[in-house]
Amino acid sequence: MIRLERRPAPSRFWTAATPLLAVALTMVAGGVMFAILGKDPVAAIRTIFWDPLFHPQYAAFSRPQLLVKAGPLILIATGLALGFRAGIWNIGAEGQYIAGAIAGAAVGLAFYPLEGWFVFPLMVVAGAFGGWAWAMIPALLKARFGTSEILVSLMLVYVADKIVAAMAVGALRNPDATGFPGSRNLARYPAAANPDLIAGSGLHWGGVAALLAVALVWLILARHRLGFEVRLAGLAPRAARFAGISPGRLTIVCLGLSGAFAGLAGLFEVAGPGGQIRIDFGSGYGFTAIIVAFLGRLHPAGIVLAGFLMALTYIGGEIAQFVIGLPAAAIQAFQGMLLFFLLGLDLAANYRLRRLRRAAP
Amino acid sequence: MQSTKRMLAGAALALALAAPAAAEPVKVGYIYVGPIGDYGYSHEHNVGRLAVDAHFGDKVETSYVESVPEGADAERVMTQMALAGTDIIFATSFGYMDPVNNVAARFPDVRFEHATGYKREHPNVALYNARFYEGRAVIGHIAARMTKTNVIGYIASYPIPEVIMGINAAYLHARKANPQIQFKIVWAYTWFDPALEADAANALIEQGADVIMQHTDSTAPMAIAEQKGFYAFGQASDMIAFGPNAQLTAIIDNWGPYYIDRVQKVIDGTWESQDVWLGMKEDMVVMAPLSERIPADVRAEAEAMMAAIKAGTYHPFTGPINRQDGTPWLAAGEVADDKTLLGMNFYVEGIEGAIPN
Repeated sequence: MIRLERRPAPSRFWTAATPLLAVALTMVAGGVMFAILGKDPVAAIRTIFWDPLFHPQYAAFSRPQLLVKAGPLILIATGLALGFRAGIWNIGAEGQYIAGAIAGAAVGLAFYPLEGWFVFPLMVVAGAFGGWAWAMIPALLKARFGTSEILVSLMLVYVADKIVAAMAVGALRNPDATGFPGSRNLARYPAAANPDLIAGSGLHWGGVAALLAVALVWLILARHRLGFEVRLAGLAPRAARFAGISPGRLTIVCLGLSGAFAGLAGLFEVAGPGGQIRIDFGSGYGFTAIIVAFLGRLHPAGIVLAGFLMALTYIGGEIAQFVIGLPAAAIQAFQGMLLFFLLGLDLAANYRLRRLRRAAP
Repeated sequence: MQSTKRMLAGAALALALAAPAAAEPVKVGYIYVGPIGDYGYSHEHNVGRLAVDAHFGDKVETSYVESVPEGADAERVMTQMALAGTDIIFATSFGYMDPVNNVAARFPDVRFEHATGYKREHPNVALYNARFYEGRAVIGHIAARMTKTNVIGYIASYPIPEVIMGINAAYLHARKANPQIQFKIVWAYTWFDPALEADAANALIEQGADVIMQHTDSTAPMAIAEQKGFYAFGQASDMIAFGPNAQLTAIIDNWGPYYIDRVQKVIDGTWESQDVWLGMKEDMVVMAPLSERIPADVRAEAEAMMAAIKAGTYHPFTGPINRQDGTPWLAAGEVADDKTLLGMNFYVEGIEGAIPN
């Protein structure tokens, strides 16, 4: 007879190996799904994972695009990971991302058409502030009244969605567009634009910010007292309280930091690749970043890898749609499998199989 | 650096090899903002794509990417399509406007067709749009003749000219058919949200509406009307499957003929940039079969209106029409110009309430 037994401590080997195994299993299960859909599974998986990196015709373009797509995911996920480690569940990064974009874009548009070096830095500050402020709503409600930050932050995503739509047809609408929705294009307003730092590299200030965020959170976790508090609160909340760590303060710090990171991601997107405030500005980065955070095992280095992997499945998925005619839903199911296998395999990290010998009755 | 050069050389070689020989099929790409299974806006564009397939057979190779967010993602998808050798790209949503022009600047040999926008910054960008308001005029008339409560419920998406124009067209013709008519308008602030649209339909029914119109894309309002025994009109697609009793008719976006025409021009080498706004006359706006429940006289009136619009003898915005505040807009016999319609930001006289801002 075989039974599952909880490990005294999570297995280091399995913690590192499960992401790779999850990717491999996703390829197998995804391949089966593609085959059922009548597509060549090998060609489909090659199109998703290989072609964006090495295809002679378009890889030169898609490789830098990985950076464009992964940058915001990594920036948001790094902030989320800090809170997740402390057991603080900010599910509403998408809302903070939108709030940051609105705040940053509003500042930029307020200066239009003034040219000045100070416009973009002010937008960056406003973007971080917007995301931070939006995250403070669930943070303060939790610290003061004990409400669930999961529900409040999630619900605020839908509020932010409606606000950005109202902005696109209202206050921030391009006055030259005769009633059409959408703001002016910030990417075409030099003082507010966030272009590639080296043309065609895909690296804009958002990518730089993502790298800085990764370094910062790594440092916090490894060296700073806050990192200790975060880990302790996550592992043993009661012990943390006895150690004098205030759960309210920790909630405010973690939600505030992840909100500010998400807000920055929104600002860099709206001033760069996105270009403008639109009705449907939120396109899911904040939610995908949750997957990225877990895929990266809540570790900054893991998140960098996971961000690029997710970006690859997005970009490869688009190519697979128009090259071999895979439906978008199949790509989404494929991405879902990735998370499913990863979480499923967590079992291996936390439990082990034990063969029991039983005496005959 | 070296590897980049080699990559570019490889790309150039691949492009040279792929250069169209005589028998090479024309590659046609589409990007959709929603899933093709929305049974509304994106679905109809895909029906248009399938019409191209059916018409040209082996002479074309069509492909699509669905659910592409407007912005950076759209720009990337179109760039990749262009790099993959696509000859003409149909960008089917308003929000693709700036991405289309950005990508068109980098690929002067690829033709871009953008639906419902207004920016044409390069000679390889063309614009197309449909005069949906012609269909709205017809359903406004039918609704006013079918209602018993004299209240029409209208589910609007966003306060933009396209939607306001539709409300005005429907209202003007409803009032002409029935001066007692009243419009209740709900602003849903979404293009596609079945649950929210269903709520809106229920709220309108509670306020006394017995005919529902929608300028949102899901079939939910139709399903509610069917379930509660009221009438509704299909939006973008023929939604008869979702409201066999409820649907009076539907305004169908019929993109197929336009797509076939434009692809033919690419094949012939006569494609040129243009900016067109087509309607019933060109079959871009088509009405679904009128319901059996519509009495013969109403049916005859609706058919007469459709025939007149199709023949070009009647324009739904023909004066005298006043603005909501009572100031004159069009004098008797005067026809609205396209520019005013495309920027319409006011209600016509008689509509209650204000446009949200």
